[in-house]
Amino acid sequence: MSDVLTVPRSRRNIELALLVLALVVAGGANHLAGIGREEPFGDYFWSQVLTLGLMSLFIHVILRFRAKYADPVILPLVVALNGIGLAMIHRLDLSAVSGSTSVAPQQVLWTAVAIGAAAVLLILFRDHRILRRFTYISLIVSAILLLLPLTPLGLEINGARIWITVGVGTFQPGEIAKITLAIFFAGYLSTNRDLILLAGKKIGPLQFPRFRDLAPMAAAWLVSIGVLIFQRDLGSSILFFGLFMVMIYVATSRVSWVLIGLAMIGAGVFVALELFSHVALRFDSWINAFAPEVYDRAPGGSRQVVQGLFGLANGGLIGTGLGEGRPDLVTYANSDMIIAALGEELGLIGVVAIVMMYVILVSRGIRAAVGTKDGFGKLLACGLSFTIALQCFVVIGGITRLIPLTGLTTPFMSAGGSSLLANWLIVALLLLISETARRPAPTVPMKDSFPEVLGVNGKPVKKRPAKEATR
Amino acid sequence: MSEAGELTVTLLRFGFLILLWALVLGTVGALRRDLVVGRRNKVGTPTAREIRKHPELVEEPAPVRAAARRLVVTEGPLTGTTLDLAASPILLGRAQEATLVLEDDYASGRHARLFPQGSRWFIEDLGSTNGTYLAGAQLTRALPVEPGIPIRIGKTVIELRP
Repeated sequence: MSDVLTVPRSRRNIELALLVLALVVAGGANHLAGIGREEPFGDYFWSQVLTLGLMSLFIHVILRFRAKYADPVILPLVVALNGIGLAMIHRLDLSAVSGSTSVAPQQVLWTAVAIGAAAVLLILFRDHRILRRFTYISLIVSAILLLLPLTPLGLEINGARIWITVGVGTFQPGEIAKITLAIFFAGYLSTNRDLILLAGKKIGPLQFPRFRDLAPMAAAWLVSIGVLIFQRDLGSSILFFGLFMVMIYVATSRVSWVLIGLAMIGAGVFVALELFSHVALRFDSWINAFAPEVYDRAPGGSRQVVQGLFGLANGGLIGTGLGEGRPDLVTYANSDMIIAALGEELGLIGVVAIVMMYVILVSRGIRAAVGTKDGFGKLLACGLSFTIALQCFVVIGGITRLIPLTGLTTPFMSAGGSSLLANWLIVALLLLISETARRPAPTVPMKDSFPEVLGVNGKPVKKRPAKEATR
Repeated sequence: MSEAGELTVTLLRFGFLILLWALVLGTVGALRRDLVVGRRNKVGTPTAREIRKHPELVEEPAPVRAAARRLVVTEGPLTGTTLDLAASPILLGRAQEATLVLEDDYASGRHARLFPQGSRWFIEDLGSTNGTYLAGAQLTRALPVEPGIPIRIGKTVIELRP
């Protein structure tokens, strides 16, 4: 946890320039996706461009007034990713069978809601440290959010019970729970870090924690396993446990925690493979994806992932061009498999650019964590940017058959309102934390905060002006 | 589709990929200052031009101090015990997991801790029953410890030595 000194500079103009470029990318993707299939500048084109453009400029104006020193590249990157996602969802709507409901207008609406929520968060919370007061409240909120799908409000889609019905549509409370859990872990670990760090037995080169300090880790493990058993959602359970492992590793920098966590994951995976047929089927359709009987198997077959791979192969290096491929052959092409769809139409060059955007976004989050001075903000920024990184890894790794395919959303791109909302809230929090990280320190000289130090025999020792405060 | 239309679409296709990479490279370019872990950012020393524009960046050089290297018990049952200071914090108390286990009836299980921050060591009381005294004054929060200043815990007195 070190601090890096940089010259304070607002850099909002760079943000504006990049934002305009990002909007051109988003609008261009949308125009290309619709070309040849509908009139070039139709209603949908304008509704998407105007929503994304006006809302992101609104955020930019808020940043100019409320968070002048926030990171300048986070907003443009997120707007570009969101815009490319919207264009691809619209493009898949166009080639879908006529009569099925189109997803894109709803997604545009959700984009407006999500950016609006991020704006409200930026206006309400001037400082992310306020959230530290809600450490235990956010634990309770996460528990409620995770239990909601199990109540009669819950809805089961494709075997996973992670949705609830709210009024008009469905919502995934687990997406919001990852933010509240990150707030809880950050608050808890920044308070109890020393306790966990200092106490414990040393065995060989590793210092193992005391048994009672393991309690929150065990709780996190139980939450993940509970999500896996009762909601049948492998992706979220990996996400929650990974989040906790990373935050405790960042807080304590102890390898022993990672080893204990990996051992717990190993045990969890083993039990899940033995007990749950859907996990075992997933695993089998990953290893033997190209076997004909696995490909055709009715539940848990590998058809989806193999079709995605065929799509990627069809795209090749430069892609078929937006609107020219057949990504609609893959099931769930607009949500789980959107990277496969993009890979087919933009090719390796385009997908690598998208992955680069995620990498830069995550690295800016980590950079905000390095720069900010409070332990809570460091942990929160690390945890939140890690959730984005882990989601990308699990989704892209699953599509490219590096790891078994699990149902997680691609941040900012997949069709789905709750994921978009949660990720925009994460962006607002990262912007706030980066603002405290980059804001210049007040130039008023700090008051001498140390009492006069007395020497061995009561005589005052040579006094120096104290320059650093303890924190 | 006519040949001209096809050409336009192909051009737009490549144009879009170029635009995508322009955004990525533009972002990286905007971060160049931040990404370069050169001498300037690593040490945090501003250049002459930055100092001219922001005079508040100039930091006075810190006074030269001898860094503490050892911890010595000068009074109490453990007199004479020394401990080499590494970069990790030190827990003082009667508990078995403490770095320096004090055999002192007036010390709490987890009494106080010494931790390095920057170039100095700080002492912090961990809510002990009888308190920790730095140079005769009871600690109420973490304070920096200079070499040679006595720290009293129960009957034990420890000092940092260079």
